[in-house]
Amino acid sequence: MAIVFAKEQKPIEMRAVYQQALVEILREHPQVVVMDADLVGASGTAKVFKEFPDRCINMGISEANMIGAAAGMSLVGKVPIIHTFAPFATRRVYDQLYLSGAYQKANLRIYGSDPGFTSGHNGGTHTSVEDLALMRAMPSATVLAPADATQFSWLLKETSKMYGIFYIRASRKGLKDIYDPASTFEIGKGVVLCEGSDVVIFAIGEMIEQALTAKDELEKSGVSVAVVDMFTVKPIDREIIEKMIVGKKLVVTAENHSKIGGLGSAVAEIMAENGYGIPLRRVAIQDRFGEVGLPDYLQKTYGLTKDDIIKAVSEVL
Amino acid sequence: MSDELKLFSAKIRLETCKMLAHRGFGHLGGALSIVETLSVLFGSKMAVDPHRPDWDGRDYFVLSKGHAGPSYYATLALKGYFPTEVLYTLNENGTILPSHPDRLKTPGVDTTTGSLGQGISLAVGIAKALKLDGKPNKVYSIVGDGECNEGQVWEAFQFAAHQKLDNLIVFIDENRKQLDGLTVDVNNPFDLRAKMEAFGFYALRVDGSSEQAISDAIDDCFAHQNQALCIVLDTVKGQGVDYFEKLMDNHHIRFASDSKAELDKAILELEKQVVSGGAQ
Repeated sequence: MAIVFAKEQKPIEMRAVYQQALVEILREHPQVVVMDADLVGASGTAKVFKEFPDRCINMGISEANMIGAAAGMSLVGKVPIIHTFAPFATRRVYDQLYLSGAYQKANLRIYGSDPGFTSGHNGGTHTSVEDLALMRAMPSATVLAPADATQFSWLLKETSKMYGIFYIRASRKGLKDIYDPASTFEIGKGVVLCEGSDVVIFAIGEMIEQALTAKDELEKSGVSVAVVDMFTVKPIDREIIEKMIVGKKLVVTAENHSKIGGLGSAVAEIMAENGYGIPLRRVAIQDRFGEVGLPDYLQKTYGLTKDDIIKAVSEVL
Repeated sequence: MSDELKLFSAKIRLETCKMLAHRGFGHLGGALSIVETLSVLFGSKMAVDPHRPDWDGRDYFVLSKGHAGPSYYATLALKGYFPTEVLYTLNENGTILPSHPDRLKTPGVDTTTGSLGQGISLAVGIAKALKLDGKPNKVYSIVGDGECNEGQVWEAFQFAAHQKLDNLIVFIDENRKQLDGLTVDVNNPFDLRAKMEAFGFYALRVDGSSEQAISDAIDDCFAHQNQALCIVLDTVKGQGVDYFEKLMDNHHIRFASDSKAELDKAILELEKQVVSGGAQ
């Protein structure tokens, strides 16, 4: 792990990152195959499919068969990278991922795009608030939620060299740069983005930016805040949680996901097991379905802004 | 060839009946309907090496209707993948032979199947990957007619046809029954061969109790290139054992006094058949 923070925070389209990373991976690893379920245009990978017509397979609108066929391909040495929208990549094909994938030890990388509020105008039917919960409950699965373009690209490349079931959830749209492209990470290890003495915020994905902004505002009012990027939701980095909680007055988790079963639950489990007498606040989507609207509107509606983090802190301290 | 395969079929059927008699219950009907197909595949068509189950030159077999595990296991044991005594551990605690095939547990099992609809997707994936690598290995998969209730099966069929997977033969075991009764009563499959043809397959329908017919159909299929291949097997659930062929509810049988006596009788008859070289 070698972390270098980005000097300038500019939004980079994740689908452009996906396309670029795929090209590099396909060039470097001859056994990698890329699969999509009629969302090649939506995932920004049309150029990749054109450049590697044999190794990029449009499976059509048949996600169940896509997961099964990918698993079959992996049994004879192929290394599949699969994309579809997060709800179709997880809840629609859960049994296929579970049995054809994890149970028989197949080798799959699944990119589930536009989780939570980032599904925007596709609305409630295309919204996943539970993908992390589902994937956490799947034995052997590694569950990843990158914070920015650099981390997303690194995870795609790194997992292409590994064997197992890797679920990567990320928006297709722009996320602000947190890390400089020179950064490297370690799967299973959180990254301390800043230290602080009163509160620690464990955050993932889109909520990293909110957590960092909330930290700046809270510190103006005299509250010292640490922020940790928990991009590996499973296996959770127990060590960093135990270390960062010491001496804090409040623990906050922040995720673009249901408060049931995601990062907040993972942190709560460790806190409960260890018997810490420290309050926990989970900034997350309540037990509800998604709806249609602009991402900004949905983010506010679901209670996933920096203000929601500040409110959670203010209520306790 | 045919006499040898008839003998092999009799042996597979015998071992299947013996293991289920020992266990006292199991998926007898659907295991027996594919015996002749297993015999032709493992007895003559497939390139396999029981001493090297992971040999990369092997042909692949995917039992999509995973509940037929017992006759698959009997076939593998008779081929020498593991001792036939192991067959008696079917479903015992800690066994290498679970009800439904598990590639991580049993030598010779290429894929984990049993959640219906999923095996055929694995098979099309394996076939596609082999084609991408320009490898000559063949893939064979048996799907149940009841299993064709599953939508995923048709996703996989459409993919196979679109990709022109001519290195894969899809067998549909049309034994006309599923767990709750006749397929025509539960969820009518209509004309499976015609449906496969409409999907773009080169599709045949043959007597699934005839080793010769199955063998000829496989040769016929592989004479066709650039097209997906299907053989609908006209079979009987419980095939080869008169009492169980006639028993209506024969998907999963818990052998009680009558059925146990009939199973024991069948075992004696099959033993005679094996001794006499397979003739019925």
